[in-house]
Amino acid sequence: MAGEFGNPEVIEEEVDILIIGGGMAACGAAYELGPWLDAAKKQGVDIKVKLVDKAAMDRSGAVAQGLSAINTYIGTEQDPADYARMVSNDLMGITRDDLAYDLGRHVDDSVHLFEEWGLPIWKQPGDEGKSLSDGGKPVRSGKWQIMINGESYKWIVAEAAKKVLGTDRIQERIFIVKLVNDKNDPGRVAGAVGFSVREDEVHVYKFKACLLVAGGCVNIFRPRSVGEGTGRAWYPVWNSGSTYAMAAEAGAEMTMMENRFVPARFKDGYGPVGAWFLLFKAKATNAFGEVYMETNKEMLNDYPPYGQAAVPASCLRNHLMMKEMREGRGPIYMDTPTALAKLAETMTPKEIKHLEAEAWEDFLDMCIGQAGVWAGENIEPEKTPSELMPTEPYLLGSHSGCCGIWVSGPTDVGAPDSWNWGYRSMTTINGLFTAGDGVGASGHKFSSGSHAEGRLCAKAMVQYVMDNKDLKPELEDSVEDLVAEIYQPVKTYLEFKDYSTAIDINPNYITPKMLQFRLQKIMDEYCAGVATMYQTNEHMLNVCEHKLGMLKEDALKMRAKDLHELLRAWENYHRILTAEAHMKHIQFRQESRYPGFYYRMDKNFVDEENWKCFVNSTYDRKSKEWSCKKVEHVDLVDKSKLFK
Amino acid sequence: MPTFVRTDKCDGCKGQDKTACMYICPHDLMKLDKDGSETGHAMRAFNQEPEQCWECYSCIKICPQQAIECRAYADIVPMGGSVQPLRGTDSIMWTIKFRNGNMKRFKFPIRTTPEGSIDPYSGKAEADIAKIGEAGFFNLGGVQKPGDPSELIRK
Ligand SMILES: Cc1cc2nc3c(=O)[nH]c(=O)nc-3n(C[C@H](O)[C@H](O)[C@H](O)COP(=O)(O)OP(=O)(O)OC[C@H]3O[C@@H](n4cnc5c(N)ncnc54)[C@H](O)[C@@H]3O)c2cc1C
Ligand code: SF4
Ligand code: SF4
Repeated sequence: MAGEFGNPEVIEEEVDILIIGGGMAACGAAYELGPWLDAAKKQGVDIKVKLVDKAAMDRSGAVAQGLSAINTYIGTEQDPADYARMVSNDLMGITRDDLAYDLGRHVDDSVHLFEEWGLPIWKQPGDEGKSLSDGGKPVRSGKWQIMINGESYKWIVAEAAKKVLGTDRIQERIFIVKLVNDKNDPGRVAGAVGFSVREDEVHVYKFKACLLVAGGCVNIFRPRSVGEGTGRAWYPVWNSGSTYAMAAEAGAEMTMMENRFVPARFKDGYGPVGAWFLLFKAKATNAFGEVYMETNKEMLNDYPPYGQAAVPASCLRNHLMMKEMREGRGPIYMDTPTALAKLAETMTPKEIKHLEAEAWEDFLDMCIGQAGVWAGENIEPEKTPSELMPTEPYLLGSHSGCCGIWVSGPTDVGAPDSWNWGYRSMTTINGLFTAGDGVGASGHKFSSGSHAEGRLCAKAMVQYVMDNKDLKPELEDSVEDLVAEIYQPVKTYLEFKDYSTAIDINPNYITPKMLQFRLQKIMDEYCAGVATMYQTNEHMLNVCEHKLGMLKEDALKMRAKDLHELLRAWENYHRILTAEAHMKHIQFRQESRYPGFYYRMDKNFVDEENWKCFVNSTYDRKSKEWSCKKVEHVDLVDKSKLFK
Repeated sequence: MPTFVRTDKCDGCKGQDKTACMYICPHDLMKLDKDGSETGHAMRAFNQEPEQCWECYSCIKICPQQAIECRAYADIVPMGGSVQPLRGTDSIMWTIKFRNGNMKRFKFPIRTTPEGSIDPYSGKAEADIAKIGEAGFFNLGGVQKPGDPSELIRK
């Protein structure tokens, strides 16, 4: 019996491991699981697995449209310690060396698999046709990045994961709304509830272990565009903070939620700049052609030691650019003509044509919208420079950001005892694991690292399930209550829709779209969005907190006129919790740790003495309150090597 | 660039249960208008929330009729340009038309193996259950890059 709108069919299922998400981390976990499940079976433990994704794995998550580079490949030249150092400096010193180091020593194998499966990886002349695992030298666009023809990157990675799991163990178009704790142990997770975006069905899963890898968060801040263009955020519009919100509600300790990422990208299309800076050696200038990274370089000395590394932290590069913008020397440009002309001095026309194709491929592989902007504005990079612009803020833990969940790390790299509690990548809630954008205080894992981290989780989850063979998960809430909660926006709609003639204007409910606008307006104006040039202070944050409180109450009055709107409603609920965590952390940290990403104008400095520490928080689902605390930071590798 | 569907080309994926564009859109934007009540065009798909379109082109690349195209965001981009792909099994061809009529064409490889050919564990070692608590992946029996131990200053 299929359900009907307002009266969904309820489908209950018990598994051992549930994977929430179908992105890079989830695909990594699926791959690594296979052989460990076989090994467990030989020990007499038959482990049942399910993967659910809100979209189709072939094109879900941040890699949906493809990528033009793999940003984390250690290769033969570097040591995992070099990688941990780079991650730390780019994130202003406060990262977990244990997690970064562990990733650095594992990540390359995932890249080798991608190549084996069919991902084209660029090679140095002479090494074409020689795979990386056979010693083929990649084309590096930076110290850690390698160039690929990555249009089908996600398609390929998903193919391997789907082959391993098989269609019976994968369910697409299921949006997970919340995790459910164990009835007998609030410190353990026992289930998850979601709904189908295609049929009137609510799905209730019970499990021993769960991998929550639903990406980062976009659209909590007002985007720069106002109309059709609001879909063109830099970060994929479909990752709505589900990872952070659901983990927090389950009681997991969060870390560094004050961190955010504000990429400086080509204006409006938000196309990638990495290849332009790294591969084509282009420079960014103000309107007068001055290279602000040089003219403003003394500003880096305000932030020792992070400004003094060979490559200053990403936020500080923004900081130097924003001075030009604030003081009226915009627009900011990427000087593409000079860069291309310089390269042309030593190149044949054929080589130049090849170079031009590479520049376009950089967009076409991962940000096609930017090609659309250039086509519409008649921009030819060899003739016209292009504007750069910092975007609205995003929250993520695997790109150049480090917000996320506090997880158990490896035990063999010298970390304090309090950084590991048994299973790699398990959160402070038993049975709840995360990877990729979910893991806080690391960052710079990117696509390859997220895949590798998912694999680490797979192993740890199998171990956990084997150690907890007799565990019987029991849900804290009744299935009826859970179903009623998830379908409340539908019920609200059906109950009140005939009260007014215009279905969107009704005092009994709010549309998810308007709720999102309200969230974005609050965050933009009070929590250091683009409206205030990323500036806030204690007083603005207090107003923000007050307004978010009322917004959270009103979220319970969202309506859903169809399943698509039910999806939007719950995405926005996740966004509100993520936004609240972000605001609370910025409020707690009495300094501006990430100048160029945000400024606490009342504490506009980096305070190494008092605030070189993690900020961790927990959320109480019942009282709806956050509490923040300081956690000591420790270096496991020597950072002074960066500054020699 | 929100997507739009050409009325003359879309065939509603021949009335199949799932249309290709609905199947693939990561943001649940493409929708089939079965009876024409939403668009006036029965059995044609449409983008139900264009201002939420990421222009990822997933729907455009997968449509068997090449019925989906992009029109650059009207609130940002001057009219007249277009960027259109044709995705094959091992490469993708792009046609870029500028507002001033200039054209560019590019072809890039997308994959070195036939679609569907991945054999995930062929030639790989089995997992060794004794090593489940240690670092490393099943196929390597250890970590890819052990690293210089002297770098770990607290160990
Ligand atoms: C614009 C951009 C450019 C990038 N460029 C590069 C690059 O050039 N090179 C590189 O190596 N890396 C790059 N990255 C980084 C890389 O894409 C990410 O690090 C990686 O995708 C993170 O993996 P993940 O599994 O954590 O999240 P994702 O891959 O984003 O996967 C999230 C998954 O969760 C699903 N999901 C979300 N919410 C729910 C829910 N509630 N219920 C069920 N499922 C849900 C989604 O559908 C998706 O399947 C880029 C990222 C971005 C955003
Ligand atoms: S995939 Fe193409 S043909 Fe099929 S419904 Fe969508 S637009 Fe129409
Ligand atoms: S371009 Fe991407 S986001 Fe837009 S409708 Fe197509 S698949 Fe969806």
